[in-house]
Amino acid sequence: MSAASGIEREWRRYTPAERLARFALYFGIVAACVVSLRTVQVIPEFLYDAPEQVADLLKRMWPIEWSYYPKGVHDALIETLHIATLGTILAIVMAIPLGFLAAHNITPYTSVNYLAKLMLVSSRSVNSLVWALLFVAIFGPGALAGTMAIAFRSIGFVGKLFGEALEEARPGPVEALKAAGAPWPSILVKGYWPQVEPAFWGIALFRWDISVRESAVLGLVGAGGIGMAIDTAMNLFRWERVALMLVAIFTVVVLAEIVVTYIRKKII
Amino acid sequence: MSETTRPADSSAAAPAPALEIRGLRKEYRRGVPVLRDISITFANRGITAVIGPSGTGKSTLIRCINRLVEPTAGKILFHGLDLARLHGKALREARRRIGMVFQEYNLVERLTVMENVLSGRLGYVAPLKAWLRRYPQRDIEAAFELLDAVGLTEYANQRADALSGGQRQRVGIARAVMQQPELLLADEPTSSLDPKTSVEIMELMVALAESRHIPVILNIHNVPLARRFATHIIGMSDGSIVYDGSPEGLSDDHLKQIYGGENWLE
Repeated sequence: MSAASGIEREWRRYTPAERLARFALYFGIVAACVVSLRTVQVIPEFLYDAPEQVADLLKRMWPIEWSYYPKGVHDALIETLHIATLGTILAIVMAIPLGFLAAHNITPYTSVNYLAKLMLVSSRSVNSLVWALLFVAIFGPGALAGTMAIAFRSIGFVGKLFGEALEEARPGPVEALKAAGAPWPSILVKGYWPQVEPAFWGIALFRWDISVRESAVLGLVGAGGIGMAIDTAMNLFRWERVALMLVAIFTVVVLAEIVVTYIRKKII
Repeated sequence: MSETTRPADSSAAAPAPALEIRGLRKEYRRGVPVLRDISITFANRGITAVIGPSGTGKSTLIRCINRLVEPTAGKILFHGLDLARLHGKALREARRRIGMVFQEYNLVERLTVMENVLSGRLGYVAPLKAWLRRYPQRDIEAAFELLDAVGLTEYANQRADALSGGQRQRVGIARAVMQQPELLLADEPTSSLDPKTSVEIMELMVALAESRHIPVILNIHNVPLARRFATHIIGMSDGSIVYDGSPEGLSDDHLKQIYGGENWLE
């Protein structure tokens, strides 16, 4: 056939340069794995020992000390939920204006967009445990530090996703309101908000779900909640209590998941 | 209405024109004009249809009038006010005197039909009151009357995304008329609709505009529909006006000049 048309009918998906680049990429990934394994310095004795240690730990955790729940777990658990909920609400309040500033279709000033995005990125780039360490240093140990840590970590998450939802809003309805002579606050409230409302509630609930899980560990650095109780129990080698707390956290996380899924379905 | 209004003798015409465009030019990219120094006078009554091939600047022309598109040069005189020079509050106040109907309806889908119609009053209602849904009773009554007129009263509390295309455009028209505009713009109002619905929508828009004495400027690529409903026709080709006259005066020669070629006419 190629002889008939006189044109070489050869087809390759990638050019030689592209193939070389792809090979270099794969090679790089393997090399990185090898190098990091050497850096981690796995001690073989500890590795072989691991199953035994796990079995030992589980044995010490059993039987779970259920009777300890009303005395030492319940209040801490409720405090954890309070930290998560208050922190998330605080974050949402601060994230909404940042989301508006980050969305280029609402704030048509590139420098403002970048400033807002920079603030959102810095919020996200710091782990909530690190935020907690900072706020423990400022406010002292306790639930306030935990709440602020959750809030500051959540701003970036909520603000970024809310800003992106705003940017995806259809411009048509907004144009129609503009053509009717609506001032910008009305355009935000009646043109953009109805379009992003389901996304907003979805983001807020999802973040609350994450916050519940994160606030459970904040106590390890003294920022209140059930993490503090776990820390204490571990230091005293009361593993049957640690087990109880883990079960409690697991139950709360599952319940939160169920509630969030239910509400999301109702909204969308 | 069969008289042909020409830019040159517009001052001689007895009734003041609804809109006068002088030397309107629009370049999206420098040196590539989409509108080439257009001058037209629109009478203060009747339906003016702008026809022409796709990409010839019909939509840009309509959108320049209420400044959804920024004109590069020229004047747009609306009852003596140069729309091309307005900014901020003055522009908003001018915009609320001009209603607009869109090809894709541009309704806020998650709001109810009633709230979409009331949105036509957002230029007059304070943002806080709009947010709290405290529209003046007068506006609510006017909205119900319009819903009666477009035949959607029983859909008042349904969400706009529950409606069909034709019904959505009815809401779009009601929203535009809700402004009590002195001019109604329509950007391809029937292009997303089937032929039967298109005629119904045109009939509705023309009837509403005539009963309220609102002059209409619409762009449309369907020539028979333009001939049937318009009292005046503007033919555009390549960013310039090549016909400005009555529907009766629009000949096949004109159409050839506007659209180019002739095989499609048979």
